[in-house]
Amino acid sequence: MIREYTTTVEISGPLMLVDRVEGVAYEELVEIELPSGEIRHGKVLEIDSRMALVQLFEGSSGTGITESRVRFLGKQVELGVSEEMLGRVFDGQGRPRAPFDTAPPIVPEKMKNINGAPINPYARDYPAEFIQTGFSSIDGINTLVRGQKLPVFSGSGLPHSAVAAQIARQARVVGEGESFAVVFAAMGITFEEADYFIRDFRKTGAMDRAVVFMNLASDPAIERISTPRMALTAAEYLAYEKDMHILVILTDMTNYCDALREISAARKEVPGRRGYPGYLYTDLSSIYERAGRIKGRKGSITQIPILTMPEDDKTHPIPDLTGYITEGQLILNRELHKKGIYPPMDVMESLSRLKDKGIGKGKTRDDHADLFNQLMAAYSAGKDARELAVILGAAALSPLDQKYLKFAEEYEKRYISQGEHENRNIEETLDLGWELLKLLPRNEMKRIDPGRLDRYWPVSEEESD
Amino acid sequence: MIRGTIDKIAGPLVVADGMKDARMYDLVYVSDYKLIGEIIELKGSKASIQVYEETGGLKPGDPVIATGEPLSVELGPGLVTAIYDGIQRPLDEIRKEAGDWITRGISIRGLDHKKEWDFKPAAAVGLEVSGGEVLGEVPETKLITHKIMVPPEVSGEITWMIEAGKYNIDTVIAKLKTPDGLTVELPMYHNWPVRKPRPIAEKMAPVEPLITGQRVIDAFFPLGKGGTACVPGPFGSGKTVIQHQLAKWADAEMVVYVGCGERGNEMTDVLQEFPELEDPKSGEPLIFRTVLVANTSNMPVAAREASVYTGITIGEYFRDMGYSVALMADSTSRWAEAMREMSGRLEEMPGEEGYPAYLGTRIAEFYERAGNVKCIGGDRNGALTVVGAVSPAGGDLSDPVVQATLRVVKVFWSLQAKLAYARHFPAIGWLDSYSLYTDNLKDYYNEVLGGDWVPMIKEAISLLQQEANLLEIARLVGAESLSPEDQLILFTARSLREDFLHQNAFHEVDTYTSIVKQKLMMEVIMHTNAEMKKAIRNGVSPGDLFDLPLKEEIARMSYIPEKDLDAIEEINKHVNSQINDLIEKEQTA
Ligand SMILES: Nc1ncnc2c1ncn2[C@@H]1O[C@H](COP(=O)(O)OP(=O)(O)O)[C@@H](O)[C@H]1O
Ligand SMILES: [Mg+2]
Repeated sequence: MIREYTTTVEISGPLMLVDRVEGVAYEELVEIELPSGEIRHGKVLEIDSRMALVQLFEGSSGTGITESRVRFLGKQVELGVSEEMLGRVFDGQGRPRAPFDTAPPIVPEKMKNINGAPINPYARDYPAEFIQTGFSSIDGINTLVRGQKLPVFSGSGLPHSAVAAQIARQARVVGEGESFAVVFAAMGITFEEADYFIRDFRKTGAMDRAVVFMNLASDPAIERISTPRMALTAAEYLAYEKDMHILVILTDMTNYCDALREISAARKEVPGRRGYPGYLYTDLSSIYERAGRIKGRKGSITQIPILTMPEDDKTHPIPDLTGYITEGQLILNRELHKKGIYPPMDVMESLSRLKDKGIGKGKTRDDHADLFNQLMAAYSAGKDARELAVILGAAALSPLDQKYLKFAEEYEKRYISQGEHENRNIEETLDLGWELLKLLPRNEMKRIDPGRLDRYWPVSEEESD
Repeated sequence: MIRGTIDKIAGPLVVADGMKDARMYDLVYVSDYKLIGEIIELKGSKASIQVYEETGGLKPGDPVIATGEPLSVELGPGLVTAIYDGIQRPLDEIRKEAGDWITRGISIRGLDHKKEWDFKPAAAVGLEVSGGEVLGEVPETKLITHKIMVPPEVSGEITWMIEAGKYNIDTVIAKLKTPDGLTVELPMYHNWPVRKPRPIAEKMAPVEPLITGQRVIDAFFPLGKGGTACVPGPFGSGKTVIQHQLAKWADAEMVVYVGCGERGNEMTDVLQEFPELEDPKSGEPLIFRTVLVANTSNMPVAAREASVYTGITIGEYFRDMGYSVALMADSTSRWAEAMREMSGRLEEMPGEEGYPAYLGTRIAEFYERAGNVKCIGGDRNGALTVVGAVSPAGGDLSDPVVQATLRVVKVFWSLQAKLAYARHFPAIGWLDSYSLYTDNLKDYYNEVLGGDWVPMIKEAISLLQQEANLLEIARLVGAESLSPEDQLILFTARSLREDFLHQNAFHEVDTYTSIVKQKLMMEVIMHTNAEMKKAIRNGVSPGDLFDLPLKEEIARMSYIPEKDLDAIEEINKHVNSQINDLIEKEQTA
């Protein structure tokens, strides 16, 4: 049943108020026809017995009160899905996106509500399969597992796109054939940034196994609210109905949140911190929690959302609330970037909450956990020593602290740092860890099981000083 | 039953008209989907309803039915090992009915009404009984004997009692004649409204520690059985791991774990681990003493608000049976945010940071439901210990939820981002945290661990405080310029931090330390400190002392299994001989 109204009474920001409506449902999809014949879209944000408040995806510019014909479509926002999506580029509403994609629309196998539904916690399977990204700073320290949501916290000008593209290029599960596909959602990023990814996907042949949703900086901001949901709907279809392992990259979540703030401001809601709505946490979790594994289903959804921290501030509500929902975070650090270290991974502040069940014997190697603990303790001590050296001068450090300082330097230069096309396997990463630890006295290896220490670092090997 | 119609829908808030006769907090069914909701405001004929399920697709004019009953939980056999959503719908049953994703309008009762239990009567005809008195027992799991009690607020003379046998929970097991001459039939379960505390006979101060096996907690900042604690900290600081560790290892007889607005995988973790892990006391799977309430962040926000009440009501019910119950709520901030969201939609006047003005009251009321109590209906004591995680915005402790919580709880485990970055876990700051139970628990510790435990802990804390000051100085002048005595303080404090307070939750042995082992470990560190002090007085250089191999042995103490505790005592001998060697060398030189 389609009902059409010309009773718009108010347009303000991205919102439109339509009077004297009947039988309209909350969250219903809306079509607005302008006199030019142009069709815009929206959804019902609030409804009472007389009026419907409609959120306009493409914004309100050019819409008028008297001339807009508003149609309620009797369904919620949906995406048509099929395996044909692979290799295609869509806009933020799921239509082929020129100039990247000029082919005709896909023929959907079925329509899916883009809001999805919460996964029953009882149906989840705990993510535990190690994904090798080829980055030592990730694989060795903040290990990614299949079904995890692990965001990249970045800052303007930092190489998050390069890191994300490299992960997309290199990620694989050791000992398994390729069944990876990438779903990429761009929200409010520049043409160049988007082009960087698409070109990288094309160059490496990954494009054939990628689905791209693109809302660029010049596209309507409000559309960004549906873009990640479109992408995740496609991902869920491919993962849970077509048994694929999907890596979802969402960039930039900061732009997404800003669009949400715009709507909230237009609705004159009580603003929370920095003007973001109080329900930002709940809203973000309805995106991030769509990652995971489900018992009895083959596919999986691993999410790497990217966000830029305003002023590099981790306590800003967007990174803050994201970190409270996601299973860790990879933080890029400006100091390391200035030092020329790529990836400029702040391994201390970064965290993978799911690593513990994804590493160890049969997954990576038996020494992984101990090695991780020891490397972290040593790097932390090295950084403390570096701080002391700044105040007191390196010469004033104890011999042991000098060793730790040296360790920290080498660790950043050789372990964290690697080439943009350097793909280290997990053995190389772990062995490199041992090599670096050997810069320290053997009796400092307090976090390593004695038997294991003997195996990986026999007493005979310790250099005498 | 009152019937109205939907007037307005905005997110989880639905306003219904024609509800003049409804009551606050009545349960309602919304639309033909029969979505469950609760009335949270009444104005004229309009009722504002928080709906526990997604409201997309609802229309003005859809029917609303008020049941006339408040939101309640079913209490009876079948609770243990269950996993519920925020309004006590079993998630395993929901999955059977709806599949892997939670759909709307599913109505499943909290307890299995078909399953039969072995019931043994414990009361006889002719007895005058009142609320809380035990009518019979059901062995529910190997760890929990479920006492079937007269519901609170019911009393009378037993006129009929069923004999021992296998019955489902709907079976009437006793009949009472009330003082008004009415006959009440009592099945094996009863309902209780979640927002109403279950009555107790008397509240007492906690006198026994809840032993958690977590060294920094048991030794430094202990929690009393029936007490309250909070764990505030930024993301990644270890709130959830601490809550999980308590749920696993605390010596409570029953555990209620409420995952309130947090990650789905964290609940999966508990679900997959607890059937495998053994209770250190009984050797039985931990799941046999656990109830889970999981309303994760992506599940409807209003049910998140209800989840803490559902959890604590279940907790109180087991307390009433005389058990020591521990309830973990992760995270109370999400509950507060759910309140804020509903309050915002009701357009109430916001208080601090947009939270409703009644935030502090609600938090205080919640923690007040904890306690070490004399139960009603017989000579039983029970305890309900409550531990809430708090997730302050930006990790800033001036957050209204943190402040409101600190006003009521007695233990503060302050998680520090800096410690977490350095992977010092549990990242409980030893300078800021506190326990107000230390004095109450002194007698217990004197009796169980001996009179030297409390002073030893005082000394250890004092060393850590001195360390903080000395580090300031060392930062300016370098550590070598400190006196040998001060260098020893730094050495011992470091050992306390790294070898005692640091505890790896993921290490098979380190994850749990009995208090006996805790004392042995502490003794080794403090004994070493005393011996080294002596050596320094005898002129031994600190450098030589700090290089002794005993350092490595001490660092590995925490990995010594509980069955080899002699090995820890053995370390003291090595300490003595290594240090004495140095003293002798010094004296002969
Ligand atoms: N006691 C511990 N032992 C080892 N690792 C820990 C411990 N506590 C926390 N961690 C580490 O810190 C991570 C974050 O802890 P978590 O409890 O999830 O933080 P929060 O709930 O505060 O966000 C965990 O995934 C784990 O890697
Ligand atoms: Mg947590």
